[in-house]
Amino acid sequence: MALLKKSAVWIAYLVALLSLPQFFNSVLAISIFNQMAIAIVFALSYNMLLGQGGMLSFGHAVYFGLGGFLAVHALIMIEFETVYFSIIWIPLVGGLFGLLAALFIGTFSTHKAGTVFAMISLGIGELIAASSLIFVSFFGGEAGVSGDRTFGPPFFGIEWFQNVEIYYLAVAWVIIATLFMYLFTQTPAGKMANAVRDNPERAEFIGYSARRVRYITFCASGLFAGVAGGLFALNYEFITEENLNAATSGRVLLSAYIGGLGYFIGPIVGAVILTLMNSLLSNYSDLWMLYLGIMFLLTVLFLPRGFAGFIMMHQVAWVRGTMKQLIVPYLLTGLPAIVFVMSSIALIELSHTDDAEFQYLGLTFDSTGAMDFVLIALVTIGALVCVRKSLPQLRAAWESANEIVEEAKESKT
Amino acid sequence: MTVLSLQNITKNFGETEIIRGVSLDIEQGEKHAIIGPNGAGKSTLFHLISGLYTVTSGSIRFKEQEIQNKKPYEINRLGVARSFQVTNIFARMNVFENVRCALLWSSGYKYSFWHLLGRQKELNDKTLEVLEQIGLQNKMLFPAGELAYAHQRALELGIAIASGAEVIMLDEPVAGMSHSEAESAVELIHKITTGKTLIMVEHDMNIVFDVADRISVLVYGEVIACDTPENIRANPKVQEAYLGEVVTSA
Repeated sequence: MALLKKSAVWIAYLVALLSLPQFFNSVLAISIFNQMAIAIVFALSYNMLLGQGGMLSFGHAVYFGLGGFLAVHALIMIEFETVYFSIIWIPLVGGLFGLLAALFIGTFSTHKAGTVFAMISLGIGELIAASSLIFVSFFGGEAGVSGDRTFGPPFFGIEWFQNVEIYYLAVAWVIIATLFMYLFTQTPAGKMANAVRDNPERAEFIGYSARRVRYITFCASGLFAGVAGGLFALNYEFITEENLNAATSGRVLLSAYIGGLGYFIGPIVGAVILTLMNSLLSNYSDLWMLYLGIMFLLTVLFLPRGFAGFIMMHQVAWVRGTMKQLIVPYLLTGLPAIVFVMSSIALIELSHTDDAEFQYLGLTFDSTGAMDFVLIALVTIGALVCVRKSLPQLRAAWESANEIVEEAKESKT
Repeated sequence: MTVLSLQNITKNFGETEIIRGVSLDIEQGEKHAIIGPNGAGKSTLFHLISGLYTVTSGSIRFKEQEIQNKKPYEINRLGVARSFQVTNIFARMNVFENVRCALLWSSGYKYSFWHLLGRQKELNDKTLEVLEQIGLQNKMLFPAGELAYAHQRALELGIAIASGAEVIMLDEPVAGMSHSEAESAVELIHKITTGKTLIMVEHDMNIVFDVADRISVLVYGEVIACDTPENIRANPKVQEAYLGEVVTSA
């Protein structure tokens, strides 16, 4: 029973992954799920580096991209029968190449953590991105390289024509990768990664070379980034320089951060949020990058431990049964906050639109006159005032819910 | 038997000579205190022995092996463990993990990524044993960074002694503690260093005279005296350089 409770999150994760296509089976939905699967593995590998190992990288897409490139080349080799194996192993090929790249680059980049590591990662990222346009035979120049996943021996009759087939293959790899990355955190090397993150100096005085510990974490992280790259290759059947450049590195940093560093499930949450924003929001507004940027800013400012951290904040209140004290205060602050966000978006979109008539939430606004601007601005300001006015009661409710928590802490000692 | 032997150690930082030819023999099983006024180079000497700093000249032998300029982790693996003056723990990990990490190398796990720590019963039992020794078994799930100061100091000691090293070096173990906290800390030090060699830097003279078998007095990078507590107390050179100050100020 205790084991069931402990693994409830993981069982829910598994069920959600396996049953998603049953509920949403449009082409768009499957394509989004595939992106999510790739993003989850990639973000988890990034968190291994930053959240577990304390290494801030601006070039993690290098291992994702290199893994992806080699995976596409493997697809081409399967197509031309240079090699003969099922494409289910392609993510492993990507992973091994990601590992190989990390084994080499890590020898000098993991010497120090902090700024030195960050700068080297940035430099390597630029170097590989630039050389991808130079070494055309491997990287294919600006057009990239493309393959075809439907060659090679079929897997129990599956020939990988459908994206949904790739989804289930991706899920299998997501589960394997998640499991191994989780287990890594429970090993001596994984725990020492945390120790070196917290205090590299002291780690050396309990017998461990901080550099060696970082190197191992770095290589493991490169391996799983490569697996994600391999999944990308299988899903899209092509890959370009864009997939290993700084923009891709930046996105994985965003998703790990928004989800919550330091929590194992954080990057999963972040990857899901970012994929949804990327693929759904971009249908509604071409300003979605702006919203993403604002969201990142707000996360850093107000939820420094990300969405996962925000959820975990309630863990004790949940256990103590004081959650219900928080519902009304949350609604009182949350509702005007939603109004504030929606009306702010209306203001931004209204100033951005070229059309005289602007449709938003079923209402039509006139973008030529000042009248509607003033109206929405008033709603925005009103909502903001409501949020500010409601904050003290939320804080009080939070504190009263936590008072009991303090007692619990005392009684535990 | 001499377990640790310093021969004519010097250490310069640029032009400044901080350690000026220190020679010192530490016997196996002895409790050795290093005292001296602020800026005498006590912490620097600790950093040199433990490998945090490289020596400018001279040699340090641990048993029959030269260890000067070896890396801290190499020296630690030989059996020399130390604590720090400023609390130096793994702040975001809980107390249990802090101690368990300190046990990993000496338990032979090295950089393993194929052992699941939850299943290493012997290691986990040993961790609990150390936690009990330092009196933190009830706090073991607390993040180390959130502990009260005295508890953090106890954890600092716990990390140092966990590996079972033969030589334990404590850098001002009771600094910043209240009188009663210091008393229980001294009791703890007695307990955890039984049968081991202890080298300790400490300002509090009561504690030094309580714990030490032998005392070295370091003044401006030189050992001006090295003797039993009684003889050190009676030594006029020491009184002039160091104890005199303390006596008058107290």
